[in-house]
Amino acid sequence: MRHIISVLMENEPGALSRVVGLFSQRNYNIDSLTVAPTEDRSLSRLTLTTSGDDRRIEQITKHLNKLVDVVKLVDLTEGAHIERELMLIKVKAVGPQRAEVKRTVDIFRGQIVDLTSSVYTIQLTGTSDKLDAFITALGDNVVMEVARTGVSGISRGEKVLSL
Amino acid sequence: MEQLSGGEMLIRALHDEGVEIIFGYPGGAVLHIYDAIFNQDKIQHILVRHEQAATHAADGYARSSGKPGVVLVTSGPGATNAITGIATAYMDSIPMVVISGQVESRMIGSDGFQETDMVGISRPIVKHSFMAQHPAEIPLLVKKAFHIATTGRPGPVVIDIPKDVTDPKIKLPYSYPKDIKLRSYSIPGKGHSGQIKKAVDALLSAKRPMIYAGGGVIQGSGSELLTKLTRQLGFPITNTLMGLGAYPSSDKQFLGMLGMHGTYEANMAMHYCDVLLGIGVRFDDRVTNSDVTKFCPDATILHVDIDPASISKTVAADVPIVGSVVSVLEEMLDLVAKAKAKIDKKAIGVWWKQIEQWREKDSLAVAPSENDVIKPQQVIKAIHKITKGDAFVSSDVGQHQMFAAQYYGFDKPRRWINSGGLGTMGFGLPAAMGVQFAHPKAVSVCVTGEGSIQMCLQELATCMQYQLPIKIICLNNQALGMVKQWQDMQYGGRHSHSTYAESLPDFVKLVEAYGHVGIKIEKFSDLESGLKKAFALKDRLVFVDVMVDPEEHVYPMAIKGGAMKDMILSKTERT
Repeated sequence: MRHIISVLMENEPGALSRVVGLFSQRNYNIDSLTVAPTEDRSLSRLTLTTSGDDRRIEQITKHLNKLVDVVKLVDLTEGAHIERELMLIKVKAVGPQRAEVKRTVDIFRGQIVDLTSSVYTIQLTGTSDKLDAFITALGDNVVMEVARTGVSGISRGEKVLSL
Repeated sequence: MEQLSGGEMLIRALHDEGVEIIFGYPGGAVLHIYDAIFNQDKIQHILVRHEQAATHAADGYARSSGKPGVVLVTSGPGATNAITGIATAYMDSIPMVVISGQVESRMIGSDGFQETDMVGISRPIVKHSFMAQHPAEIPLLVKKAFHIATTGRPGPVVIDIPKDVTDPKIKLPYSYPKDIKLRSYSIPGKGHSGQIKKAVDALLSAKRPMIYAGGGVIQGSGSELLTKLTRQLGFPITNTLMGLGAYPSSDKQFLGMLGMHGTYEANMAMHYCDVLLGIGVRFDDRVTNSDVTKFCPDATILHVDIDPASISKTVAADVPIVGSVVSVLEEMLDLVAKAKAKIDKKAIGVWWKQIEQWREKDSLAVAPSENDVIKPQQVIKAIHKITKGDAFVSSDVGQHQMFAAQYYGFDKPRRWINSGGLGTMGFGLPAAMGVQFAHPKAVSVCVTGEGSIQMCLQELATCMQYQLPIKIICLNNQALGMVKQWQDMQYGGRHSHSTYAESLPDFVKLVEAYGHVGIKIEKFSDLESGLKKAFALKDRLVFVDVMVDPEEHVYPMAIKGGAMKDMILSKTERT
């Protein structure tokens, strides 16, 4: 099963490499990864998606917790949560395709953030599934370049991941 | 406040931390630090002959004393040479602080002379690592490093220090922090009382209980309490390779070591037990015999460990307890004292009867030698006799290691020093040096083979420089014995690159060249007298080259992919 794990860690050199290294060292996979400092500049928040059975996820969270740079973590998929991924996608937009792409962007509630006479650059936010669906809807022959951020997430309600 | 350079701060901070001895090897990036060492007399520096030996010596010092081992190496090759020793300490959870030099900060990343990314290279084999950015950080980094290395599940910590950070021209005020609190690092303390109660209830209602104790009990200084608990319960106990000495081996309740080369009775009792108390153990594959689905099929598993990640890693625990062994054992003892009457004495009696039957098989019996040939097991027995079972025994890796583990009989913790997890050949001699520095008056024995000893042989020079009276007992079977054993058993006797009889050095002449004493023993009838002669030379290093039966295998041996009850007992017998 797919899990989204958010990690609060010291914003120090080497912290990220310890997390990433742990995954390769123990043969766990990372499907996506996103990291940036939090409102407290001494802390970074790293969110990653991985998959595995309950035992494997338990081992992953235990080993992450053992890392000295890791302050706290949460498996967001254990409870109600919001997940988002941002995608910037460059597509061919010429002739009748131009209107067709625009319609698809509107349906998915994306925004065209840059354009030339032959290219649209679109910004789209949503769950990873939604971004996948958008790419499928556009079709392979129009997609020129895709930049995705990886999943970020936060739990619903009053639960917070903080010190 | 006193003004010190980064190099001086480092040495002062080590002293303030209580460090008495460091093992190291100088080089360009650490010259400022070595100059600071030269100008003080509080810390003894031991010059080894290879950085790998520095880490193993610090490791042997730590294992035998309980104090953290400290290593100082230079950048580049100095740092990479230390890696094997750091990995060895990491696998066996040994507290160690390794200080490595680094090229100047401005040179980092430029592929400078003797530059290597030590923090990166060591990352998967350290508990934590730091790179010093500024001399003012050094006292705090040292404090943090020792705190992390010695608490919780211990392990090695690396501090990488660029050369400019130890510059003698930059002097700054020095003070050593008293306490340290790290918001991201917490140490498990007491176990959960409800879980401990559950575990004790399971133990008291057991009909076929078994206690399985490992290196964590020794590291956590829990041997005395474990012995007390085991005796109060009257249950059988086994120790892992790393746990030998955690429970006195001469006691009747002790069934010997378990696992791949464990005794018949220990492995049988493991397989058939109904309640298993695992304490300070990690259900390693050399114990469970790789297929964990066949492991202890009828047992309720109680697992005590300080590292939550060790629990249910390979074998799912029915009652997991995260806590220090001392606190958990104390709570267990209290509960057992109150409810001891609940023990099903009749069932336990039947269980012991069964165990005695297994014990009668005498799986460690040694056939008397023919034609005056020396059996390796007899050598270990003779060492035990001569040292009255009271020596510190360090070993290398291979058949001799298993023979030493099986036959020496350790009654005290911290006496058996071996690389259990990583299985590092070359560990034995430098480890025995570390032991001798920690216990100058004790008998420090290194049981080795003619293969392993050649991996850190250069340390004979260090032993001469510091007059270390180590007794090196080389079980010489003229082959890489354990490799050869597997080739005999699983590869149709094809000894691919495991023999070299024709090119072995004359060890007696070799050690004499280093200024030590060498003795060669070739006949069983000379064994005891030869060893006695060696041990009688109390202030000299003596290398005893004992020619042993090259055909000997280590038994019992687990059958690959089987359960713990599945063992090969001799060349002709299986369970």
